[in-house]
Amino acid sequence: MPQVSLTVNGKRHTVEVETRTLLVELLREKLGLTGTHVGCDTSQCGACVVHVDGTSVKSCTFLAVQADGASVTTIEGLAAADGTLHPMQAAFREHHALQCGFCTPGMVMSAIDLVNSHKERMSEAEIRHGLEGNLCRCTGYHNIVKAVAAAQEVMHGRAQAAE
Amino acid sequence: MYAFAYQKPATVAEAVKLLSADPEAKALAGGMTYIPVLKQRLARPSAVVDLSGLGLAGIGVSGGVVTIGAMTTHAAVAASAEVRRAIPALAALAGGIGDNEVRHRGTIGGSLANDDPTADYPAAVLALGATLRTDRRTIAADGYFQGMFTTALEPGEIITAVAFPVPEKAGYAKFPNPASRYAMVGVFVARGPQGVRVAVTGAGQGGVFRHTAMEKALEKSWSADALAGVATPAEGLNADLHGSAEYRAHLVGVMARRALAAAG
Amino acid sequence: MGHEGIGAAVKRKEDERFLAGRGHYVDDMNRPGQAHAHLRRSDRPHARILGIDTAAAAAMPGVVAILTAADFEAAGVGGLPCGWAVKSKDGSPMIEPMHPVLASGKVRHVGDPVAVVIAETRAEARDAAEALVVSYEDLPSAAGVRDALAAGAALVHDEAAGNVCYDWEIGDRALVDGAFAQAARVVRLALTNNRLVPNAMEPRAALGDFDPSSGEYTLITTSQNPHVIRLLMGAFVLHIPEHKLRVIAPDVGGGFGSKIYHYAEEAIVTFAAGRLRRPVKWTADRSESFVSDAHGRDHDTVAEMALDAQGNYLALRVSTIANMGAYLSTFAPSIPTYLYATLLAGVYKTPVIYAEVKAVFTNTVPVDAYRGAGRPEAAYLLERLTDVIAHDTGMDRVELRRRNFIPAGAFPYQTPVALQYDSGNYERTLEVAMKAADWAGFPARRAQAQARGRLRGIGMSTYLEACGIAPSHIAGALGARAGLYEVANIRVHPTGSVTVFTGSHSHGQGHETTFAQIVAEKLGVGIAQVDVVHGDTKEVPFGMGTYGSRSLAVGGSAMVKALDKVIAKGKRIAAHLMEAAVADIEFADGKFTVSGTDKSKTLTDISLAAYIPHNYPIEELEPGLEEIAFYDPKNFTYPGGCHIAEVEIDPETGVVSMVNFVAVDDIGTVINPMIVHGQVHGGVAQGIGQALLEHAQYDQAGQLVSGSFMDYVMPRADDLPAIHVGTESTPCLTNPLGSKGVGEVGAIGSPPAVINAVVDALREYGVRHLDMPASAPKIWSIIRAGQSRAAAE
Repeated sequence: MPQVSLTVNGKRHTVEVETRTLLVELLREKLGLTGTHVGCDTSQCGACVVHVDGTSVKSCTFLAVQADGASVTTIEGLAAADGTLHPMQAAFREHHALQCGFCTPGMVMSAIDLVNSHKERMSEAEIRHGLEGNLCRCTGYHNIVKAVAAAQEVMHGRAQAAE
Repeated sequence: MYAFAYQKPATVAEAVKLLSADPEAKALAGGMTYIPVLKQRLARPSAVVDLSGLGLAGIGVSGGVVTIGAMTTHAAVAASAEVRRAIPALAALAGGIGDNEVRHRGTIGGSLANDDPTADYPAAVLALGATLRTDRRTIAADGYFQGMFTTALEPGEIITAVAFPVPEKAGYAKFPNPASRYAMVGVFVARGPQGVRVAVTGAGQGGVFRHTAMEKALEKSWSADALAGVATPAEGLNADLHGSAEYRAHLVGVMARRALAAAG
Repeated sequence: MGHEGIGAAVKRKEDERFLAGRGHYVDDMNRPGQAHAHLRRSDRPHARILGIDTAAAAAMPGVVAILTAADFEAAGVGGLPCGWAVKSKDGSPMIEPMHPVLASGKVRHVGDPVAVVIAETRAEARDAAEALVVSYEDLPSAAGVRDALAAGAALVHDEAAGNVCYDWEIGDRALVDGAFAQAARVVRLALTNNRLVPNAMEPRAALGDFDPSSGEYTLITTSQNPHVIRLLMGAFVLHIPEHKLRVIAPDVGGGFGSKIYHYAEEAIVTFAAGRLRRPVKWTADRSESFVSDAHGRDHDTVAEMALDAQGNYLALRVSTIANMGAYLSTFAPSIPTYLYATLLAGVYKTPVIYAEVKAVFTNTVPVDAYRGAGRPEAAYLLERLTDVIAHDTGMDRVELRRRNFIPAGAFPYQTPVALQYDSGNYERTLEVAMKAADWAGFPARRAQAQARGRLRGIGMSTYLEACGIAPSHIAGALGARAGLYEVANIRVHPTGSVTVFTGSHSHGQGHETTFAQIVAEKLGVGIAQVDVVHGDTKEVPFGMGTYGSRSLAVGGSAMVKALDKVIAKGKRIAAHLMEAAVADIEFADGKFTVSGTDKSKTLTDISLAAYIPHNYPIEELEPGLEEIAFYDPKNFTYPGGCHIAEVEIDPETGVVSMVNFVAVDDIGTVINPMIVHGQVHGGVAQGIGQALLEHAQYDQAGQLVSGSFMDYVMPRADDLPAIHVGTESTPCLTNPLGSKGVGEVGAIGSPPAVINAVVDALREYGVRHLDMPASAPKIWSIIRAGQSRAAAE
């Protein structure tokens, strides 16, 4: 079986995988990082989004062997060592942008990338469009959109973080 | 997924050799279509040859031609200042493929080699009269698309880059499938060195096609009025739970007008 | 500590683990030695199973076991039980066919499981399942109710003649027919309620385990009601007594009804774990969920209203055909009867009502409760019919509603279809919603839209639902085979912190926060001092679970009852400690005070005394401070309100855009407004999804053609508008919290409001009604037909 060496949330791992193993399976089953979820099998729902070398990708549509040498960030790696939430996590909590929590990790990871790639303030419509790769069945997206709108202000230094 | 061997060659020649030696081996570009196909067990390759190590990503503009490396992602095309300046319609098309995560991984070469009948890029390639460069030759757009999921590529042949002549005007509009967000109908209109060209993706049973009646009308007059009298026959168009062939035929007209408006 | 009790919009306690990726969903859990199950499912809608050749599969790498129906039959495993019995008009019981855990003899829908392969890895189990050779003899099939009822249609079950499960009625037919004979006018409407796939984002999963030393089975499953699963699976399917069966429903990623039912996979992994002496896990792929999770809705209805000359409703007559799918799911028979036809009065004082409901077996996935369950179908019917009456008679649709509303002074109000409403004020929610939506300003917005080439429409619904399910004696009289009370156990620890054990289950609703708020309110402690435990039959004494917007109205009331017992005992301890009469002890803000004095004891003083009973009335009172309560509701609760939708249509493409949505709901007492708003947002999103996007469609060959997210249109962020939510509460009078429930209102009120708006936008095209979903091609066809009619005139 091939070996994959990668850095996940700052920690280096070398693991044996089948070539048909997906990145999300490596994370969940080999590394026990079960915060990244699988909500579909057609690459539509976005529950599995993680960052690979700084950009958001669907880890269900990514072979583990393709991640060899990559640096991966998952939802578990967002908060600071002292537990301080990332501004996007804090905004999700502040604005009640999650209910069952299942889509949340992918939604947060996508939203962070979306804000990172839009230095200028996004409108509500732009945020809604920017989240089209993530499905949520609980919130009607209303509070997710509010959370992302608030988080972009913090992430780009235009406002203070939520408590 | 069924089990397969994984290879990641470092040169185009090596990749071609691997793919040519094994007819059951399959090239993997961004994987945004092919990995889902593997997951659904709709394909059973003996080996997957990952093209990401070949150095095929990059964008260049010179002599009125935009050249995009085959492994360039949709996100890179969408964000490229050079593409946005030279062919803004192409950047806009790339920025509308799939979602952010798909655009971070999906590549122009992968899209064209796969030739999904509901993909966006084939419309741009055909309407702009682009040229596909491969490991062994160049292929003109008109001879490249040969029906859905069928192209002029030979076994083992790898697209290395796509060259787009810069048009005077170009625009793209698509009507997405409400569920998958692939193009139900996408129309790319262009006026450039090769005259007026109109390509339609998503709608046709045989994949992307040129709309010659619209081309003739727009040659006479580059205006929405010119399209008013041009009918699109429903025959040969797709019909499914998302819309009849008649609806798609109607949308071809609507999207053509919107593409034209976008082109200016 | 600020106010954290009832009415405070405190942030959720559960969010920290979810936001950090530390939730524990079933598929996140693994046990040592675990094997993996994969189900081979039928790809045919209806076929006789001629044989299953397992030889090649058994030889595949990693295969541990292959089980077919014969293995379960040989072990005496029972069928999946149905929890509700309905009688036909003639008094005969419904037809209740056997629902085996694996198809036996025949497959009856695409997705019906025929065999299970258990292997060392998930991939190996799937590899081997594909290698099974199943031979079938195809039979004719029917997916739609009309086809299944047609003369000569193939029988899904031999014992169900004509594919009819039951033919039920409610109301006095003769009275209703008499009223129709006297009517100045009759308005008739035929409509369908589109079939939906619930699609909670977490696919179902189940992990079975068996401990040979204790003989105890454990099932970890994606369930909304673990005790119900323990009861159904233990008593009827696997014959395991309760004390040897532990069912855990940990963090569950949404349910919306689809995770109420006892599913075959739960029994399969539990059975296999016992047989193989090792844990067995199954997790659904989304494609599998589409053909194995119970679907929702799927009604075909004709409704008629008799009116007098002034537009007063005189009588309503309804005939509905409901699709049950291939087997009866746990609650299925009750949905189109007791949760639908009993709601046909709605907010209107229609004096007489008659409804008949025919339930039909088809070759489709079983249909059961999905967010709202029966009540959205009733509200859709009434609110579409009301708009059609306005259309046909030329009356104003708002005035028509007002004319027929049950007035605020008429409560308690007995409807002609069994229910008695305790409270409500439909005029007020209507007024507030119309103001919030600027109903009066709509003509100007329509004119502006017209100038932009868009068709703009506005629509409302004034809906009502019954929830807080349910008084057990009433439910029992209506055919329920279970009680529908709820259970709470309140444990005050020695130092005054509190653990609540509740039979309600949270899978997104935020109970860990709202339930803690109830404790905070009653005991005067901070919510950080309170933990809520749910979802484990070994920790929680008993419970009926979460569905039908019952958690707060029933589960919350059980908590109040248990808390009252805690306080009563605390008063007796306090009286002893302060040498006062029990009657003189008052309890407020966490303090027991001797009335009229400054003598007091804190809750912690009392809990310490209860657990360290050195100075304690030991002769009269047991030590400890822990109480349990079972609460059986006196009545259903009746949330209602007004939803207003505003849409714009692109006439060139037929695409409908939601441009504004207002929901003003009367849900009784609000514990946490932030969570209430979130519940309404989510419900409205599902309702808009039903109205505009979602449709589970079978083709003539019996295949589910919208069987993945590539074809089933799930609402995405850019399909939906910002949603304005307001609450205008009249307290529920029949439970101690005054709460009515909020989980389903959004999904009930919104679909008719949206369709009423779409029809309004299309009024110049002569549209009277269109069936959901209002998809772009459907709208385009209507516009095109209208244009060609106009051209011909």
